[in-house]
Amino acid sequence: MYKTPCSRLSGFVGVNVKQKLFQSVPRCSQTARSLIQLHRRDPSNWLTYQHLNFLKRQYVAKNSSELHQRAVPKQAPVLTLVDERDDSVERQVERIPTINPVDAVPQPEDLTSETQTGISASKPAVEDVAAQDRSHVAAVSDEAPHVHVESEEARQARLDRQWKLLKVDVSDLPDVYARLAKIKLTALVVTTAAAGFAMAPVPFDPVMFFVSSLGTGLASCAANSINQYFEVPFDSNMNRTKNRPLVRGQITPLHAVSFAVACGLPGVALLSLVVNPLTGFLGALNIFLYTCCYTPLKRLSITNTWVGAVVGAIPPVMGWTAATGCLEPGALLLGGFLYSWQFPHFNALSWNLKEDYSRGGYRMMSVTHPALCRRVALRHSLGLIALSTLAPALDLTTWTFPIISLPINLYISYLAFRFYRKGDRNNARKLFFCSLWHLPMLLLLMLTCKKSRSGGAEAAPPPAAPLAN
Amino acid sequence: MAARRTAVTWTALGRVTLPAHLHPLRLSASSSRRCSSEQAAQQEKPPKRSPHRPEPSTTHDWIGPPNPLSNLRPIVYCIPEKESELEKRLRHLRQETEDWNHSFWTKQNISFAKEKENFIISHLKSKGLTLRDEDGRRRSLNSEEMAVFYKSFLDKNRTRHANYNKEWYRRNFTITLLMARVTLNSVWMYFTERHSSKKNSSPST
Repeated sequence: MYKTPCSRLSGFVGVNVKQKLFQSVPRCSQTARSLIQLHRRDPSNWLTYQHLNFLKRQYVAKNSSELHQRAVPKQAPVLTLVDERDDSVERQVERIPTINPVDAVPQPEDLTSETQTGISASKPAVEDVAAQDRSHVAAVSDEAPHVHVESEEARQARLDRQWKLLKVDVSDLPDVYARLAKIKLTALVVTTAAAGFAMAPVPFDPVMFFVSSLGTGLASCAANSINQYFEVPFDSNMNRTKNRPLVRGQITPLHAVSFAVACGLPGVALLSLVVNPLTGFLGALNIFLYTCCYTPLKRLSITNTWVGAVVGAIPPVMGWTAATGCLEPGALLLGGFLYSWQFPHFNALSWNLKEDYSRGGYRMMSVTHPALCRRVALRHSLGLIALSTLAPALDLTTWTFPIISLPINLYISYLAFRFYRKGDRNNARKLFFCSLWHLPMLLLLMLTCKKSRSGGAEAAPPPAAPLAN
Repeated sequence: MAARRTAVTWTALGRVTLPAHLHPLRLSASSSRRCSSEQAAQQEKPPKRSPHRPEPSTTHDWIGPPNPLSNLRPIVYCIPEKESELEKRLRHLRQETEDWNHSFWTKQNISFAKEKENFIISHLKSKGLTLRDEDGRRRSLNSEEMAVFYKSFLDKNRTRHANYNKEWYRRNFTITLLMARVTLNSVWMYFTERHSSKKNSSPST
């Protein structure tokens, strides 16, 4: 219960505790003395977590109330004890086969027959333990019924271990849909599409901007839902994805598909009928590429990363075509930024998931071709610099853009280079987190450096003129 | 499935000697696992199962916690009072798919863990080290050494994974189509029934 704040603030707390301890040497002289000894023995690292651990209770007691040092903490430890015991029993029951799989493997047939008989043998024991626990809890609650508080986390964990009725609760649906559509990824996709729209060399039309963003967002929701619909057993086996709504059974597969259709059809229809057919086609193509090429390819070949990069590159192109109605070099350049950006982003992300990917049967570059993975990340980070230089050449931006984007591009290239030289967890993490802010930053810089064309300036007055008349 | 899990655990904890009267059950259980859709059918008159697994309801499915071996959540499918042929087919297919998934992932996870362990031990041996260091802590290999294992595991199981994927896609599609048919059917029934009841009631008023 006190672990989180303690570990998070361990430094701060340590200082606090130290001060307080020195103030109240007589009260807790022993602890203080040992602390001082620690301090003397090795001043450089006396503030480490392990050393602070034994002080935790002291800290809690003091913080909760200076005067009732004894009264409050006495209850709390008892409760946590029960909790832990409850946990450990369950853990024993559930986890042992994974710890000791060698026992279970050699005779799968044998195992099945024994499982059934094991049930009845184990049942009384399990019930016994449960009964013990219950009595224990009862005893505790007799002592202090009002302290029966459970932290939100513990409650979630406990509920997660229970059987639940699969009822669709309407009030849960928005949250479920948001997770099914991977709302954050969709937001990123819409942002890149909006950037594509804004960068197009035509006068800005707010209605069209809104409609194309909405259409792109709906198409992205559909693609993400279909993707999750295909991946249930794989997602169940990865830590990163094990809480997705279909894995938890919060909705049925049919429900998810219906949601995807309900998003995808209007999305593509909006794009093709209201915006223009080219954009609608690109949207439909992207849903197809993502769900029917990228998703299955993940477990077939490492080319999936390149296909995935194309999928990511299409939204800004869609934004551009929504504004102009045709494919131009500028649109492809914008797509190129997204394409190149994804390699440092995804290769760094997948680097630390190698074990899960291998177990899940994903043929990712980071697992099967680690050297290539790092090389490609570096190559495309450098490519971002080249693309930035190309932007003014294609009349997309002014020459300020390559100059002011150089620092962030150099920084991501530097991190990619470090990742290339030494592929450890830390370098991969740093590169990944850098990529997260790098892209919005780059797009923002690009927008500020957008070239106001002479042609654009001439084109601007005509739409205004009819309004004036 | 929860029952299976608990039992596996207890088997792993130590071989339990069995009372004689349990042996018939043991035989029937091992044979029914291979097609547990039948087992599901038998459950309509359920023998008392593990306290963890709820009885099938008539209106809603039950979903359990993730199985520690396969990481999949077991589902107890609901059995409606007037179950149609189609609904029964769907339920059996889902149950069978669940069991098939469970056995694949159990095998997958166990063999992964086992091979990983063997890989680490053999590598440490070749370096002249023991599994545990002087303080009793487990030694581990660095990420580059482990990458060799991760790659080899993928390469070795390539066709098995591909086959699983194909089969999973097929089953997933079939289940969804069946579900759609069941839903359409029940919607159809709902409207026709209301329609006919209106017809019946309107003359009387």
